[in-house]
Amino acid sequence: MGDYLGIVVMAVLALSFVGVSLGVSALLAPKRPTPEKLDAYECGIVSDQESVERFPVQFYLVAMIFIAFDVEIIFLYPWAVRMRALELFGFFEMALFVVVLLIAYAYILREGVLDWAPKRTLDRETLMQGFRVEADRAKAALSEQDRGRKSEAA
Amino acid sequence: MNIHAAADIPTSPADYSAIAPELAMLGTGLVLLLMIALKRFKNDSWYAAIAAFGTLFSAGWAIALWNAVESGEVGDDHVRFAFSGMVVADGFGAFLSVLICLAVLLGILLSDVYLRHENAGKAEYYILLLFSAAGMQFMVISNNLVMMFISLELLSVCLYILSAWHRDRSDSQEAGLKYLLLGAFSSAFLLYGIAFLYGATGTTNLVGFEQYFAENVLFSSGMVLLGMVLVVVGLCFKVAAVPFHMWAPDVYQGAPMPVVAFMAAGAKVAGFAGLWRVLEVGLSAYELDWQPLLWAIAAITMLVGSVLAIVQTDVKRMMAYSSIAHAGFILTGLVAANEEGVRGALFYLVAYTIMVMGAFAVISLVARRGEQDTSLEDYRGLSRREPLLAGILAFLLFAMAGIPGTSGFVAKFAVFGGLAGAERWVLIVVGTLASVLSAFFYLRLVVYMFMEGLPLEAKTPTLSRLPVPGVSAVVLAVTVFFTLQLGVLPEGLLDIAGRATLFAG
Repeated sequence: MGDYLGIVVMAVLALSFVGVSLGVSALLAPKRPTPEKLDAYECGIVSDQESVERFPVQFYLVAMIFIAFDVEIIFLYPWAVRMRALELFGFFEMALFVVVLLIAYAYILREGVLDWAPKRTLDRETLMQGFRVEADRAKAALSEQDRGRKSEAA
Repeated sequence: MNIHAAADIPTSPADYSAIAPELAMLGTGLVLLLMIALKRFKNDSWYAAIAAFGTLFSAGWAIALWNAVESGEVGDDHVRFAFSGMVVADGFGAFLSVLICLAVLLGILLSDVYLRHENAGKAEYYILLLFSAAGMQFMVISNNLVMMFISLELLSVCLYILSAWHRDRSDSQEAGLKYLLLGAFSSAFLLYGIAFLYGATGTTNLVGFEQYFAENVLFSSGMVLLGMVLVVVGLCFKVAAVPFHMWAPDVYQGAPMPVVAFMAAGAKVAGFAGLWRVLEVGLSAYELDWQPLLWAIAAITMLVGSVLAIVQTDVKRMMAYSSIAHAGFILTGLVAANEEGVRGALFYLVAYTIMVMGAFAVISLVARRGEQDTSLEDYRGLSRREPLLAGILAFLLFAMAGIPGTSGFVAKFAVFGGLAGAERWVLIVVGTLASVLSAFFYLRLVVYMFMEGLPLEAKTPTLSRLPVPGVSAVVLAVTVFFTLQLGVLPEGLLDIAGRATLFAG
């Protein structure tokens, strides 16, 4: 236990330093608070807008994919240099690694991580609705023409 | 330089059978990933079924490995190192591997109910669960600090995501973020410790440590001790031992219930295995230095966990502190540093895994949709509404408190037996005191359920009967059965756990 005496002494010293300096400053320091003094201290110019900006989560996903494939290259490159020395064993280990990455790649493709444009899908319902709107518009135009012709005739 | 020189790079023979359980776990995860990519089942329960099947497969491999190790077919002294000493196939690892499979299996069953209930289901959940379990399994067999760190990260990163799984509850998001930040912090400690140990000995292999200390005498062991302390800090964070427990209550309260149950059981198993391998295998030469350290951690963990659980009014939070207290009891098995102690700790881990899964199954049912009803008040008069559920929860709480006739009693008895063997009388007294204290808050919940009337407020009409899905019923039946069975007839498992501690190192 004697070996640890130094640590105990150090801990006591550290704690008493904290206590003494805080206590002395609390007792002796004059207290004249102003709003500026009470404000949390920050460096530089006061910012006039939120520093945290929102950006699409897709950037994050692409960065993740980049890292995954970057690491793949790190593994592949030395293997490619020493491929023959590592023989079939190395080949199969590498193939396993690439297959695992491929499965992940298939997954992210399917999850639409690489589809950057907003989705435009036409299901039957919207299509029919669109037709109906178009048909109504055409009908309205026709009746307008009719009315025009009638008024001309009159 | 001759690039095409014949096999001049030493490639260790790939001994895949040593990591077969882990490969089965990871493989199932990859299969699920591929299934999501190729063809989607409409019903998420299919993914749950595949995950459960893969876990059974993994457990089968682990049992086969146990048999192979036991019969001495492989290696010398029932131990076989594989992948250049990165991992080790031994009884200890195989035992805990099977236990992790059990935790995953019960976790999957709970999750299936929970996710359908909360409408938060996605098949990726099960993939993360399986990968996390694979991390735990790799951790219990790792024989190298680098391997241990990578498996710890694999299990942690998956748990961070799972904690934040429930998108509609801000609590869950908060839990995930807190766990991530504090977990990353603790990983840095662990890594720093590994660096110091490597600096002191020139290896990261745990058996290599042992050899190094056997062959060399250090003039000053400051660097080893510093590394040891930092590694202990990093691993104690994972088992939620005081004073590294700060994350546990918030994470347990916020994270989805099945994740909490899985985390409480699995992460403890992995963290305990890590501590055992680092301290008792790698740093056995420094036993006199780490025993007092662990003694203190175990003592304050038991006391603080039990005391702070008393003032909680939320049942999930109470379970978090209870899990901290249990971590302390498990650590006493390491303090004893003898065969009975480790055997007791292994038994304790099994008993705790089963108890905590059952308890969370009930808590999850009582909480209803959105995990609303988790305060102590919601348990008032539960025995009138749901006599069977209340009875089951009461039994599991008795087991956690260590009432005789349950697995919890045998577990505590077993770890204290180890302490008695090592003549650590003070720690036994502390542990007994802590277990008396902890009985208070377990029994208080029982009192709320059985001896208090129904709440008088307007809430009463909305309290319909709780639907109990078949899957939950299975989990409850299994957990109650084994808690009782291990409490009445513990010899079988104690014997197996005893054989799991045979490790020549």
